Amino acid sequence: MAEHYSSFEPKGTRWLLQRLTAAFLVVVLAYHFMLLHFINHAADITFAGTQVRMSQLGYFLTMVLFLIAGTFHGVNGVYNALVNQGLDGTQKTVVKWLLIVAGTLLIVQGIRVAVAMTGLF
Amino acid sequence: MSQSYDRGLIEDFGRWQEFSAGMWAWIFHKFTGWVLIGYLFTHIAVLSTATVDGATYTQTLQGLESLLLVRFLEVGLLAVAAFHILNGIRLLFVDLGVGLEAQDKAFYAALITTAAITVASIPTFLMGAF
Repeated sequence: MAEHYSSFEPKGTRWLLQRLTAAFLVVVLAYHFMLLHFINHAADITFAGTQVRMSQLGYFLTMVLFLIAGTFHGVNGVYNALVNQGLDGTQKTVVKWLLIVAGTLLIVQGIRVAVAMTGLF
Repeated sequence: MSQSYDRGLIEDFGRWQEFSAGMWAWIFHKFTGWVLIGYLFTHIAVLSTATVDGATYTQTLQGLESLLLVRFLEVGLLAVAAFHILNGIRLLFVDLGVGLEAQDKAFYAALITTAAITVASIPTFLMGAF
C-alpha cells in the first residue's frame, strides 16, 4: 500500500472548493436534519414556522450559503464522477455547461424560495 | 509521497466479490452523492410552493408527510446523508494524510454508525404516520 493514497491529487480551485464545501456541509446538513426532523418534526412544518426561522438574518444567510455550497459540491461531484467514467471531448464540454446552467438555475430558484419564505416580498 | 495504486476495474461490477473495503466505500460514496444531488433538485421543487402562497406550501408539505411511503423515503434519505457525511469526514482525513493505516476500519465505523443512526431515527420519522 502506498504511504499516501488518495483518488484525488490537489488540482487547484475546484479541488479545494470541493473539500471546503464538504467541511461546511458536514456541519450544516447535520444541523438541517436535526432542526427539521428531530426538533421540529417535518409533519408539523407550516409556512408560519418556516417564516419565523427564515426571517432571522443569520438563519437566512446560513440556508442560502447551504444551498450554494450544496449545489456546487453536488454538481461538481457529478462532473468529477462522469469524468472518472471517461467522459471526454465535446460530450465533456456539453455536460459541463449543462451542469453549470442546471446548478445556476437551482441556486436562483432556491434564493427565490428563500426570499418568499421570509414573507417580506 | 503519493503513488499510483492499481484498484482494477471498479466499473466491472461482475467482480464485486473481490472488492476491497476501499472500493465499496468509493461505490457507496458515489451512489449516495447521486441520490443527494437528485434530492436537492426535488427538495427545491417542492419548497417552491412557498412562492405561490403560505397555504399551498403548508398543504403540500403536510400532504406529503401524510403518505407512509414518504416517511420511509425520509428514513432512506437520512441513511444516505449520514453515510455520505461520515464517509466524507473519513475522506477529508485521508486528504489531510491523517489515519491512513485505519482507512478500512474508519469505513466500517461509518457503516455501523450510519446503521445505528438510521435505526434510532425510525420512531421519529414514523411518528403519527399510522
